Amino acid sequence: MIFNRAGYLIREGFRSIKTHSFMSFATVTIIMACLIIIGSVALLSRNIDALIKELESQNEVVAFVDDSIAEESAAQALESALAAVDNVESVEFVSRTQAMDNFMGQYDADLMEGIDETVFRHRFVIHLDDIAEMAQTKAALEAVDGIAKVKAHLEYADTFVTIRNVVSIISLILTVILVFVSVFIMSNTVKLATFGRREEIAIMKMVGATNSFIRLPFVVEGLVLGILGGGLAFLAEWGLYGLLTGRLMGTLTGSFITLVSFKEVMFPVLAFYLGTGILVGVFGGVNAIRNYLQV
Amino acid sequence: MVQLDGVTVVYDSSGTVALDNVDLNVDEGEFVFLVGPSGSGKTTLMKLLTGEVYAKSGKVVVNDFDMSGIKRGKLPKVRRTLGVVFQDYRLIENMNVFDNVAFAMRVVGARRREIKQRVDYVLELVGLEGRGNRLPSELSGGEQQRVAIARALVNNPRMIVADEPTGNLDPTLSLELMLLLEKINEMGTTVLVVTHEKELVNALTKRTITIKGGRVIGDGIGYYDYDI
Repeated sequence: MIFNRAGYLIREGFRSIKTHSFMSFATVTIIMACLIIIGSVALLSRNIDALIKELESQNEVVAFVDDSIAEESAAQALESALAAVDNVESVEFVSRTQAMDNFMGQYDADLMEGIDETVFRHRFVIHLDDIAEMAQTKAALEAVDGIAKVKAHLEYADTFVTIRNVVSIISLILTVILVFVSVFIMSNTVKLATFGRREEIAIMKMVGATNSFIRLPFVVEGLVLGILGGGLAFLAEWGLYGLLTGRLMGTLTGSFITLVSFKEVMFPVLAFYLGTGILVGVFGGVNAIRNYLQV
Repeated sequence: MVQLDGVTVVYDSSGTVALDNVDLNVDEGEFVFLVGPSGSGKTTLMKLLTGEVYAKSGKVVVNDFDMSGIKRGKLPKVRRTLGVVFQDYRLIENMNVFDNVAFAMRVVGARRREIKQRVDYVLELVGLEGRGNRLPSELSGGEQQRVAIARALVNNPRMIVADEPTGNLDPTLSLELMLLLEKINEMGTTVLVVTHEKELVNALTKRTITIKGGRVIGDGIGYYDYDI
């Protein structure tokens, strides 16, 4: 009897989508539109974040080896001590010969006449995990025996950290506002869709239907519409993002900017879209009929 | 069947006393008219029986269920012992006649074969055989009300409660409908009809309870006082 009844209620959910096709269409469209807006803002913010990280990673710290350590191998031996310092991501040794070659590559060779490599020091080019802690890391690197001086662009680091924080806060606020607005719009659409059915619910109650009997078709309906809305939003986002990044990458050829590929984020996006779609569809529907059940 | 002892109903929102210390008994198998002017408390009394309103004081028993302080979760059980008919039919527009009637059986978890047999039987009983595939909008007012009666009847309720069932029908159809309710009553179902139709009440010699200002002012056979 239970299966018989459950089968009937599930069929009712699908029948209801068909008989209220316009409201079903409106619900799916609104869910889809809201999710695309939220997703696009989130993806934009993810790209800006990746871009800032990329720029941050280009901000190097250079640690100069003390002049007293002239032997290349002795200087290179400091590498492990530097790598052990907190917040150090990578350490690359540059010998004084290499440093001079690099320098000469950048400037006119005539200027370097009569100057030999001893003018330059052995050095390490260091990249940090988090440039927000650049000052502390600089101090820790300077404390390593054999390091004479550390050159770090603290002012750039501060600027990047400020930009990163501002972008994070703005995108967080924007996403939260969008989520609230979208949930409000989506739940109102679902509410509107159920409003026309309050009479039907009242009749069900009057013939002795239990609340769960009335709710189940709405749950099925909300589930199907939520999955449809979320799924279609995902496909549309995929297409839009692909189109947009394709165009952008075309115009940014040769630039240092790289965009996050959709494949990197597709599973979280799909999970968020389907999850939100189902939540709004099911809970929105069940919540919307709650008042009509109080008969 | 129905027992009201000293029942008072007050609407919280307006403070209106809709029923004032009402005593009433309807026994199994009776056919009863409940009459009275607009605002007399007839509909409130109906809603009291279906659990849509609660008594502020007094005792209400419907089909052996004590309605005083009954939990909402138990109301479906009470309602399954009742068949309710409304003036405006209240059919589900996008369901055909068969499904409108079958729906009440699905609510109680009846099997498909049982539903088919019983729905066909009640549709024949109310004179709608062969109309199962029609939508309510394709039927006349009288036919729609017959569908509503079929729906009220399909679960074999102990009592049918009809609120102004002939309110939207012409006199001929109204009489036909009353005769149908009388036929159902003769088959053993208790029938309680709320109505304004003085001619109908006086034409059928049935027990008539008159209510005015929330109080029962008359209880006798086949008489609707024309002065109220």
